[in-house]
Formats: sequence, C-alpha cells, structure tokens
Amino acid sequence: MSELKRTPLRDFHAAHGARLVDFAGWEMPVQYRSILEEHKAVRKTAGLFDVSHMGEVDVKGPDALRYLNHVVTNDVSKLFPGRVLYSPMCYPNGGVVDDLLVYMRAPEDYFLCINAGNIDKDVAWLLEQAKGFEITVTNRSIDYALIAIQGPTAVGIVQSLTGAKLDRIGYYHFAEGTVAGVQCIISRTGYTGEDGFELYHAAGDAVALTEAVVAAGAAHGIELTGLGARDSLRLEAGYPLYGHEITADISPLTAGLGWTVKLDKEGGFIGRDSLLAEKQNGAANKVVFFKTGDRRIVRADTPVLGTDGAVVGKVLSGTLSPILNEAIGSALVTTAAAAGALSVDIRGTLLQLHLVKPPFVTLKKPST
Amino acid sequence: MSTVPTELRYAKSHEWLKLAGDGTATVGITDYAQNSLGDITYVQVPKVGTVLTAGQVFGVVESVKAASDLYAPVAGEVIEVNPTLDSAPETVNSAPYEGGWMMKVKLADPASAEALLDAAAYEKAIA
Repeated sequence: MSELKRTPLRDFHAAHGARLVDFAGWEMPVQYRSILEEHKAVRKTAGLFDVSHMGEVDVKGPDALRYLNHVVTNDVSKLFPGRVLYSPMCYPNGGVVDDLLVYMRAPEDYFLCINAGNIDKDVAWLLEQAKGFEITVTNRSIDYALIAIQGPTAVGIVQSLTGAKLDRIGYYHFAEGTVAGVQCIISRTGYTGEDGFELYHAAGDAVALTEAVVAAGAAHGIELTGLGARDSLRLEAGYPLYGHEITADISPLTAGLGWTVKLDKEGGFIGRDSLLAEKQNGAANKVVFFKTGDRRIVRADTPVLGTDGAVVGKVLSGTLSPILNEAIGSALVTTAAAAGALSVDIRGTLLQLHLVKPPFVTLKKPST
Repeated sequence: MSTVPTELRYAKSHEWLKLAGDGTATVGITDYAQNSLGDITYVQVPKVGTVLTAGQVFGVVESVKAASDLYAPVAGEVIEVNPTLDSAPETVNSAPYEGGWMMKVKLADPASAEALLDAAAYEKAIA
C-alpha cells in the first residue's frame, strides 16, 4: 500500500485526539469525540473541518469563460468577480467526471475546487479538453489548505478574526482578505446546509489559522468536526457526494440536479446531447432520498425492493440522522418503481422507505 | 487505553460476563469493543426465554461505521434484556460495563465461565 497523503493539519488532528483513517488516499480525521455529537454541534453552534485534501485548480486566459462553459454543465457566464457556482462536469455520455465549485476571481481568472479522490482524473480531463482554447490549467492542490467553519455561530467566529465585512458576502459569494492575519479566499459556501465559511489559504499557514479559529470559537461552542459528521451533515442536507449520488454512471439529471444543467446555454457543452436526450426521453432510473422511521442504518449497496419484492435498485448512501433519530439515505431505483412502495431487508426485517424531498431537516443557510 | 475491570470474564469476541453468584450472569461488550465501533446507534437483543449455545449469535450492535454480531460467551437461557438500549443505544459507548449491559442469562453450566479469559488474558488479547 502506498503511503497516505497528509494535510498540513495532520499532526494538529492527532494532538486533538482524532481518529485518523484512509479517505481517498489521505490520512484524515473521521472523528474526534463522536460523529453524532460533532454533527449536532454543527447544527447547534459550529464545527471546524479540515478539508485540505480537496483539490484546487487555476484556469486562466482569454478563453477561460468559453472553456469552462464547454466543460461544465452549469452556466459560468452568470458569474461575476466574487461569485461562486456549483456545477457537475460531465463525460459525453452524460456521466459525471466530478462536481465542483467555480470561483470567478477576475475576467480570465477562475479557480476550481474539486473532490480529493478525483484530482488526478480531473486535471487530466481538464487538460485534455483544453486543446484549442487559449488558457492555462494549473493544479494548485498542494499549495492550498482549506478549512470550513460551519454552523449558526460560524459567521460571528470568522468575523471576530477579520476586517472583511462578512455580512456583505452573500451565500455562494467570496472575497479575498486576511483572517487572523492569514491571506484567504473567504468563501461563504459549505457542505453542511448551515451558514458558514470555507477559507482557502497557503498550506504553510494552516496550523496558525486553525489555532486562531479554534481559540476565537471557544466561547461560541466551536468543535473540531471530522469527515464522519461531514458525511452525515451533507446527506441530511440532501447534497450529493461524488461516487454515491453522482458517478460516471449516474448523470446529473438522474441525480435530481437538473437545475445545474443548462441545456440552452451558448456554445453547448460536453455531455449536452446525451443529457438532452435523457431529458426528452425520460431517465430509466432516478435518485431518491428516504427515511425509514427506524434506527437501523440502511447502508450503501443494500438492494431496494419494489412492490412485488423484486430488486428495483440499490442504496447509494445511508446513515442515522442524529437530528431526526432515524435512518436516512439515498437510493438509485428504476423510475417506474419510484412511484410505488419501496422497502429494504435489514437482517430479516423489511423496512419501508418513505421518500423525502431533501433537505431532511430545516437548514439555516442563507439563500443565494 | 481501554478499561478492563478485573472482576469480569471475557470472550475473545469482546463480550464481557459478570457472574452474580446465583448461577446467572450479565453480558455486555467491552470498552475496547465500543471504542472500536464508534458511535453506537442500534442494539438488537434476543427475546427473554431464548436458549443460547456458547458462541451463538445473540444480537447485533450497530454503529455509524458498521453492524457487528454479538456472540454468547456461554450457553444459557436469556432471563432479562436491557430495556434502555432501544431508546439510548449510546449508553453502550458511555457505560459499557454498567448501564450499557445487554442481557442476563441463566448459565446452562455455572462452571462454563471458567473457560473464558480473565482480565489479564483479555488485556493481552487486545494489546
């Protein structure tokens, strides 16, 4: 086995009692104290996540907008400096290469945040598509660390460390400035459904910035929170995770992300024809979200049964919602079966899946 | 460091057994086991009256991470199960040797507990 990659905060995590695990080739904290307690802290006060394993890519040049609009499904022309856009990036067949955030820093200067497990694949794909465009694509992943401060008290905590006027940064907007003396991209985004910020900064500043945030957050209930809570929070919020709800085989339309696929945008984009056909003909499968009213976790890959007991799909993600105190999850099922009763067999007990339009809980994030 | 009380007996599969002295015993999972599992979200215990053989699966303990079978450390009949675990399974995390107990059994053979590990041997097993 190859050596696990480490973020600049790896020793900080170990010193704070984290349980470190292999996540996509990275040695990452899955929890510090308790996944359930960390989850609740983010919904009630604030959590601090190290997500430095995420990848960052610079896209610069005169054709940057035209190029990005060609490779992602959402409409990058809607951006202005300081605005962030969520988008899938698709293969010609409509399957998903990755989902990412596009930051517009200036005309001809964009910044992408991509999934840790997809960095090599994405960069290769982005370079392959760059032919004929006057742009540069630069993998900046090792240069950047990234921490997320999320929860109802997160904005106040970050505000206490910066002169930037955070109330002027709307949801899915960003500014560049210093936090605790560290130069950051201050991004009002997150993966928890709560208000808060993600701070991109130089890897060498990560420990100083994190310690400053923890100190400032102590009076505001900040907790160190691991990837375990990050996963249950995103599922409770109904956000997709690459490799689960969206994959090379599950298109954004199948995943219910139609709002991110701008079929009519100027110039077309990779995957448009396939996605248009899927929209016109109807998808064979769809991603649904469910709860069960039972505490038994319905884990990924559990077969989903239709009305007559036949297998009509499989579970994509599953956990216990610490807020609802019941199992929640997502599943890929045939479109025909999705209208009928669905169930799963958990160790001999048949549990009905009650379909839910996420989020599962009321989210406090601001509107965009 | 996991707690391993000296007065208990242990199975290699990480259950503990506490003899009451009247031919019955209380069974739960060890501090080491609860710590390895992480946040416990569900515990399935057997029905009172169930007759178990040694090593038989008597229930399931589920955490955010995984679901694991529970094995009877000795043969016997289930005479009581912990009613609080249904609504508060996290008690197994916070008090594995106290409030987090799982069942009480009437031993088929009171001497059978002798075959289990003592605290020193269990500590060695998890070292």
